[in-house]
Amino acid sequence: MTESLHTVATLPTTRQPGCPFDPPKELIEARRHGPISRFTHPGGKPGWLITGYDLVRSVLADPRFSSRKDLLNVVDFELPPAPPGEFLLMDEPQHGRYRKPLVGKFTVRRMRLLTERVEQITAACLDAMEKAGPPTDLVGSFARPIPAIIICELLGVPYDDRDSFQEQIEKFMNGETSDEDLIEAYTATQDYVAQLVAAKRAHPTDDVLSELVDSDLSDEELQGIGLILLAAGLDTTANMLSLGTFALLRNPAQLAALRADPALADRAVEELLRYLSVAKSFMRTALEDVELGGQIIEAGTTVVLSYHTANRDPERFADPHTLDITRQGVGHLAFGHGIHQCLGQQLARVELRAALPALIERFPTLRLAVPAEEVDLRPETADIYGVKSLPVTWDKAGS
Amino acid sequence: MTTTHLRVDRERCIGAGMCALTAPEVFDQDPEDGRVLLLHAEPPTAQRAAARMAAGVCPSGAITLNEPASSDS
Repeated sequence: MTESLHTVATLPTTRQPGCPFDPPKELIEARRHGPISRFTHPGGKPGWLITGYDLVRSVLADPRFSSRKDLLNVVDFELPPAPPGEFLLMDEPQHGRYRKPLVGKFTVRRMRLLTERVEQITAACLDAMEKAGPPTDLVGSFARPIPAIIICELLGVPYDDRDSFQEQIEKFMNGETSDEDLIEAYTATQDYVAQLVAAKRAHPTDDVLSELVDSDLSDEELQGIGLILLAAGLDTTANMLSLGTFALLRNPAQLAALRADPALADRAVEELLRYLSVAKSFMRTALEDVELGGQIIEAGTTVVLSYHTANRDPERFADPHTLDITRQGVGHLAFGHGIHQCLGQQLARVELRAALPALIERFPTLRLAVPAEEVDLRPETADIYGVKSLPVTWDKAGS
Repeated sequence: MTTTHLRVDRERCIGAGMCALTAPEVFDQDPEDGRVLLLHAEPPTAQRAAARMAAGVCPSGAITLNEPASSDS
């Protein structure tokens, strides 16, 4: 290779001040040097950082790269295998055993049937916001409840349990909870899901979890599946809704274009997914020596795939750091690629597609209630990026 | 053969639904197992671009597209 190899010290922990939507500058810099960089995992182990769109996509499609948690070579101690049911961190055939029974429950058609329900829930949130009057924290009044109610209804979580449950999930996703609290929140959620599975076995209801009770999956496996579906279904979409609104408010021409032409909603959703890539990165471990972008990834080495930077690759997307809701953004990696591509992506699309346009239509004067620099952001260490709160305000009708 | 010909591999398919989303006139998903159903192995001209895009974005490489070069016919 004639290109000199770029080295990134370790994963950056902060974004540039004033650039809450862009990958940290070290990652953009790395991509400028080439699609693959030498890199040291925060745990001290040597690895590789992949920032180029084509390379990220090829690793995700390559069975020589494993998703197994116990193979991750990032820290000095051995990691345990993924708990039963947590198929995100497994390879075939275990992964397929869990994913296959779920796939038919998350099809494009089945998720689109939920559109009307998402619209109802959204309208109820918007009504409550209107009634209470400005200002409000959009995370609490809009971004979190919509996906929470939908995923809980899909899985059959009783209404009364939703608040406490949502709070626990938030704790183990926000990237700031102390280890002790983290374990407590995780254990509480696990216990809750265990009770839920037992309840569905005893009295099946009309929901995804009850349907799975009929399969050959054990209680322990169902609990693992329930846990990741709930966590994935809540936190990702909630952050897309709040960060997506923030991004639109900071790009008034784009917001105006979407408000003027609701037919742009599908493209706007894809573009926000690309631009924001809230699931910023994932890891894979080489099962054998693999040549990648002119480098040899040795067997047992873990690579970090920066979805966010790949989705800003200038070789794949023209003017990549510009939010352009008219862009034909097909092919972005916000939901990943390969056999682990997001199971719930069609649900996420339905939710974003219904909720975001309804919000901007209801409040034509919606704006931040604080200076943009004061919006409280999640740290880079959180698995899913987003805002902690989003204070917004608007002019009341007639005022 | 002058037309675009599609093949799907239901064993490779992971049911992500990208094809049904991208080219709904050409692909659907089995309501039971969520895996790809090919509606038109030889899509009409109007659907070809979407079908090509669907093959390109399929996360599991389950869609194969044969497009003979125009001079072959």
